Amino acid sequence: MSHEATHDGHDDHGPAKGLMRWVTTTNHKDIGTLYLLFALVMFFIGGAMAMVIRAELFQPGLQVVDPQFFNSMTTVHALVMIFGAVMPAFTGLANWLIPMQIGAPDMALPRMNNFSFWILPFAFSLLLSTFFMEGGGPAGGWTIYPPLSLQMGDGFPFMIFAIHLAGISSIMGSINVVVTILNMRAPGMTLMKMPLFVWTWLITAYLLIATMPVLAGAVTMLLTDKFAATSFFSAAGGGDPVMYQHIFWFFGHPEVYILILPAFGIVSAIVPTFARKPLFGYSSMVYATASIAFLSFIVWAHHMFTVGMPVVGELFFMYATMMIAVPTGVKVFNWVSTMWKGSMTFETPMLFAIGFIMMFTLGGFSGLMLAIAPADFQYHDTYFVVAHFHYVLVTGAIYSIMAAAYYWLPKWTGNMYDETLGKWHFWISTISVNVLFFPQHFLGLAGMPRRIPDYAVQFADWNMISSIGGFVFGLSQLMFVVVIYKAIKGGKKATDQVWEGATGLEFEQLSSPPPYHSFNEAPVIK
Amino acid sequence: MSHSADSYYVPHGSHWPIVASVALTTSVVGAAMWFNGTGSGPMVMLLGLAMTFFMMYGWFGTTVRESLKGMYNEQVDRSFRQGMMWFIFSEVMFFAAFFGALFYARVLSVPWLLGEDVSTHLTLWSGFTETWPTNGPNNVGGEFQTMGAWGIPAINTLLLLTSGVTLTISHWALKAGDKSKTVLWLAATVALGAIFLGFQAYEYIHAYGDLNLTLGSGIYGSTFFMLTGFHGFHVTIGTVMLFVIMLRANKAHFTHENHFAFEAVAWYWHFVDVVWLGLFIFVYVL
Ligand code: HEM
Ligand SMILES: [Cu+2]
Repeated sequence: MSHEATHDGHDDHGPAKGLMRWVTTTNHKDIGTLYLLFALVMFFIGGAMAMVIRAELFQPGLQVVDPQFFNSMTTVHALVMIFGAVMPAFTGLANWLIPMQIGAPDMALPRMNNFSFWILPFAFSLLLSTFFMEGGGPAGGWTIYPPLSLQMGDGFPFMIFAIHLAGISSIMGSINVVVTILNMRAPGMTLMKMPLFVWTWLITAYLLIATMPVLAGAVTMLLTDKFAATSFFSAAGGGDPVMYQHIFWFFGHPEVYILILPAFGIVSAIVPTFARKPLFGYSSMVYATASIAFLSFIVWAHHMFTVGMPVVGELFFMYATMMIAVPTGVKVFNWVSTMWKGSMTFETPMLFAIGFIMMFTLGGFSGLMLAIAPADFQYHDTYFVVAHFHYVLVTGAIYSIMAAAYYWLPKWTGNMYDETLGKWHFWISTISVNVLFFPQHFLGLAGMPRRIPDYAVQFADWNMISSIGGFVFGLSQLMFVVVIYKAIKGGKKATDQVWEGATGLEFEQLSSPPPYHSFNEAPVIK
Repeated sequence: MSHSADSYYVPHGSHWPIVASVALTTSVVGAAMWFNGTGSGPMVMLLGLAMTFFMMYGWFGTTVRESLKGMYNEQVDRSFRQGMMWFIFSEVMFFAAFFGALFYARVLSVPWLLGEDVSTHLTLWSGFTETWPTNGPNNVGGEFQTMGAWGIPAINTLLLLTSGVTLTISHWALKAGDKSKTVLWLAATVALGAIFLGFQAYEYIHAYGDLNLTLGSGIYGSTFFMLTGFHGFHVTIGTVMLFVIMLRANKAHFTHENHFAFEAVAWYWHFVDVVWLGLFIFVYVL
């Protein structure tokens, strides 16, 4: 590029001006901000789809949308929330925090970092554009099982390629995270001194690099089955549709841990701050995270108990799945022990963190119920599963992201957020989210199937209650936007430490807001 | 230069990543249109690919120039190395998906269709008796013959193994500071890669023309062509990269202790080599 001749190194003098700053940036804070804003936009797009789903399910019968569109709402809602909201939000947090927390100037591969982000808007434009094509958006579920998914219209290859692009973005983003953590730590920042957010992301990134290519392979086989006459998933040609499910869930189960491990890291940062005590059992947290990651590779078929598997398979996957509850339990125990006899205060980040601990654990319990193979024959593909994964994902992953946003916003912007509004946001969200998802346990146990736009009348009451909870939860998220907007615009100045009990390089050694390049010289690690 | 070797280095902003995103998107939109039978699809895809090549030329060119100016310190070098290793790991996992499909079909699903899973066999395909290699109970794609292992595939195995040796000799020469020997042995490696690809192309023509073995030949054809096809694609990329490295070695871009690009390509090439050994054993021999 022409300006290279004039620049010789990097821009030491802070950000460039104008729009191109955001397009060409190599700065981890800029890229982190882009990721977070993108995630927020996708959160509302996915949320709007959820509102359509809840509106249709408000009453039995078909009122609002036709069944095909309803199914595409459940499908794209999931794809957008998982790949567009939660994963980019965690990556944005990784970008902002990891260099600051390990004492690095930036991410290891800053240009690739920019590339990882800027693929995403293109990927999701492709995905959403399928709604305007012959045959409409994908409607076969986010798991895109064949043969159903192969019946999609013109949008099919666009959806597949959107997944490829999002996957490329994740792989590059993860390579960057791993290399940053392994190569850019300040002298003295040994592995076992790293904050848990860094640890959990290291392991998450490893999971991503190991599993996203497998998803890419699976969807590539779907593509050739549809367009190039292959028979991977067709029994007539000697293949097997169940094979797709195995390959998909080999990716899919580690993926759900990808969606929760960084959350563990966030909660492990927040709880000690507001309990004013160091984290209980740091090294057991690290080992628990590593064992969860390992186990997550050998449990995938718990999503397939009812599909037809040899009995030894059912038993193996049942016991392996139950084993995951052990390291997860270690974590919950450690968080609770950290709070034990602490001098606690309950600012908004802490509220979200405690909300996380309670409600995520509830989701873990329903997971254990689902892990019992014979019982899962009853629960599978019912609203019980929907309740399970929304407890772990909404009140788990999303709550941790909210907690992180409240916790680090003052550090990022230099301004305190509006605490009153934050508390309102927490309490309304927490009440409404339970009104929304708790009744879905009852619906599922009573036999209401998932991914269905209409239902038998005995399910009407709980569905209406659930929908009301849903609308309130959806609307209350607007408060979050107001909080963020106000904090960016101004407000009470935050101190460098921000929170009385906060520890870590970003709070101890950097101003609020931190300089454009965090550490130009390696900080001293005590 | 304002950077001493031990201070941090952060590259300045770049237009190439956004060009890359646009190029990739254009390519896949073109491909998707093509799959859907839209006439302009192939053109759009070619445009996207052209943009991709332009982008790679520009981006790698920038990196090469910066490296030659001595702007990268040891830490940057380590980041590149580790990044490349993790990239290769992700490629391993990509191939793992297709090998997984092959093993699953051979060990589980075809035997199930044959009657080990009695209900499917009885209710749907009770007449099915074929074992591997098979194109399934519906004889999808028609009768076919399989590719023997001990003709071209065996030769190709030797070619790739030899290319691993020639590449290592070139690396030794580079470390010893012998430029012409480096280039010569690199050229031999490129040639071996190209011959491999030629044989592979010949094999495909033979498969389609004489054996009626196609991508549509049931699960055998699917796994055969997807595995060898993606491998061949990787060999193509590897050969092109080796060629570029050869040109750069000829321009004396590498010093005996600083030649990350050479080593990255070499790792990639060995990876492709190992994948081929897996293919040779599990696709052709067994
Ligand atoms: C104690 C830990 C957990 C256990 C034992 C567990 C167990 C299970 C089981 C057995 C299923 C399959 C249910 C069925 O389809 O019949 C399931 C589904 C699911 N779980 Fe979990 N789970 C756990 C934690 C998590 C976490 C942490 C997440 C994500 C953050 C998660 C996300 C999901 C999702 C998204 C599904 C539904 C996938 C689908 O069919 O669309 N789970 N879980
Ligand atoms: Cu799972």
